[in-house]
Amino acid sequence: MVDRKEQFEALRNVINKHKDEKGALMPVMQEAQNIFGYLPQDVQIEIAEGLGITLSEVYGVATFYSQFALQPKGEHVISVCMGTACYVKGAQAVLDKLSESLGVAPGETTADGKFTLMATRCLGACGLAPVLTVGDDVHGRVIPDEIPSIIAKYES
Amino acid sequence: MKIYRSHVLICGGTGCTSSGSVKLLDRFAQQLKEHKLDDEISVVKTGCFGLCEAGPVVIVYPEGTFYSRVTPEDVDEIVAEHLLKGRIVRRLVYHEHSEVPNHSQSLNDIDFYKHQTRVALRNCGVIDPEKIDEYIAFDGYKALATALTEMTPQQVIDVIKESGLRGRGGGGFPTGLKWQLCAKSVSDKKYVICNADEGDPGAFMDRSILEGDPHSTLEAMVLCGYAIGSDEGYIYVRAEYPIAVKRLQIAIDQAKAYGLLGENILNTGFKFDIHIRLGAGAFVCGEETALMSSIEGRRGEPTPKPPFPAECGLFGKPTNINNVETFANIPQILLNGAEWFRTMGSQRSPGTKVFALGGKINNTGLVEVPMGTPLRTVIYDIGGGIPKGKKFKAVQTGGPSGGCIPSSLIDVPIEYDSLVEIGSMMGSGGMIVMDEDNCMVDIARFFLDFTVDESCGKCTPCRIGTRRMLEILDRIVSGKGEEGDIEKLETLAHAIKDTALCGLGQTAPNPVLSTIRYFRDEYEAHIKDKRCPAHHCKDLLHLEITDKCRGCTACARVCPVGAISGEPRGKHHIDIDKCIKCDSCISKCHFDAIIKV
Repeated sequence: MVDRKEQFEALRNVINKHKDEKGALMPVMQEAQNIFGYLPQDVQIEIAEGLGITLSEVYGVATFYSQFALQPKGEHVISVCMGTACYVKGAQAVLDKLSESLGVAPGETTADGKFTLMATRCLGACGLAPVLTVGDDVHGRVIPDEIPSIIAKYES
Repeated sequence: MKIYRSHVLICGGTGCTSSGSVKLLDRFAQQLKEHKLDDEISVVKTGCFGLCEAGPVVIVYPEGTFYSRVTPEDVDEIVAEHLLKGRIVRRLVYHEHSEVPNHSQSLNDIDFYKHQTRVALRNCGVIDPEKIDEYIAFDGYKALATALTEMTPQQVIDVIKESGLRGRGGGGFPTGLKWQLCAKSVSDKKYVICNADEGDPGAFMDRSILEGDPHSTLEAMVLCGYAIGSDEGYIYVRAEYPIAVKRLQIAIDQAKAYGLLGENILNTGFKFDIHIRLGAGAFVCGEETALMSSIEGRRGEPTPKPPFPAECGLFGKPTNINNVETFANIPQILLNGAEWFRTMGSQRSPGTKVFALGGKINNTGLVEVPMGTPLRTVIYDIGGGIPKGKKFKAVQTGGPSGGCIPSSLIDVPIEYDSLVEIGSMMGSGGMIVMDEDNCMVDIARFFLDFTVDESCGKCTPCRIGTRRMLEILDRIVSGKGEEGDIEKLETLAHAIKDTALCGLGQTAPNPVLSTIRYFRDEYEAHIKDKRCPAHHCKDLLHLEITDKCRGCTACARVCPVGAISGEPRGKHHIDIDKCIKCDSCISKCHFDAIIKV
């Protein structure tokens, strides 16, 4: 179990490190998300107070950028590249198949907290289209039939 | 310096890293050690070679042997055969599509490279991007040294102006003029920004330059700082590019250690510092005013222009902002002169342009060609044509702001103005090829879906207008299109183009307008005949089994909803009311007996 106290301690260090920089908010939020995995309300309050800005500013930025998550993610994040090159080579069918196999819509997490399914912006690995990533692993030239075996690899 | 008899270059770009090039690096190191060759042969991890389709790519010099799709097991053979005994491993040598196998090819014989002119990509795949010495050995920082010691800031600007370089981010604004405007602004503080928020789906040249040759961007930013009178710069780079970010940081640290960045550069008293800022996944931040809002730590919403960044930009100070590829050209122009630069490309658009070739094309990858090169050269001579003998239908340039160019215009020269004339645009250089199986209405819908998602919501035409357009397109592809929908789309498109606040909104309707212009018949088929000519839109097609069926029952067994019936060895039949069009049967059929109608 991660110690929340330690996490907040780390967050305060990050805030102090960046406090006097111009435009410090986003770097702080990015590091905060690395520490906590997402940005729950108490983390946003800590950031707002630490940088001397309002909570609404922090929340405004958190909801504007797709990188920031307000909900915790699953153990494995499966991201299907929806860039144009992948799309014309059948990424939609891959995403549909994943959605069907996991029983969640893109953006959602499975009930057991194992997988989060994401439709992501272009990963720039167009030579491998269609591409999906599971955490840091890249799977290229994916066909829908392969999906069950890819999921099975991470289930255990 | 140590001399090696051979150099093994392994591509460490994102494409090849994704297909496992890092494992090759370890395997080479281990194998060379085992054969006691590690003193004679050096292994270098470089940036992108460009031919991502063939990844992971390994090139052995001095022969220039080009090995493609190399696996860790193959490494043992390359070391034992090629490096130890001097015998090229023919089965791994890259063969172009039409080439007869067993014909060994080196880099310069390959069509993919033969037709290219590499300026911005000159060092990518040649040097180790994590070693500043290698960049310096290829004339790196020479332009900076010359400028700081022998030229005035105005002379630097004059060379860039004379070269005719235009912004490679897509707008095509003359770079020299931009620098001049910023230089003229009087202020105690000015900023230089490098826009590396490469958001166009399918475009990855800026990332490859940062990964393969990060110092060229740094050098150009310092040059720009000197020219306009700035001492601080930011690189705003996508967080999705971890390799690029890492190498940029290494490059910045090395440049500082060498006195090429930071205080008192090259002992001239000039100082310049560069910070890296990570984007957080918002397409609109590629727009310069939105990007600056983002660096300031706010929501990335654009602001109306004027005031232009050259007068009032980052933190309210005059700011010059260029994209990565534009910067990558700068040191070369100063080294070789404006005249040299103008010998490449066309009158209106001198120089070269990097394109990311992708989609239905044999050689996916990065290509750099002189401006004005016809599309045909890029798609057929360099790209190797369309796979599986399919028919070329269109090429999409300019990403979500661009348009689709039909096969009838394949001889159009690629440059800023000619692309705009035919309803598309250069954009950052994404080039997605589509074949007969791609539905153009669906492609327009795909891009609209993207812009609706990425619209920041600040101005009404973009926030609401693009959504209304998407609803109409959704209706058309699902077979519920109505008479007059095309006209409604056109009216909305022109209204949005005229009234949206920033470039994102003003260009969002382009994919729709260009597909209507060249593929109106496809729209009409969807609306009037409830038919998708490309057999792509699921709601407008059904599956049928033809007389080719041999009754092997493979399709009936794979069908998840039991929609296929028939006796063994007899022709099968699909119940279209039950069929969910998952295409499982098509992939299982050995006789190509199942078709979409």
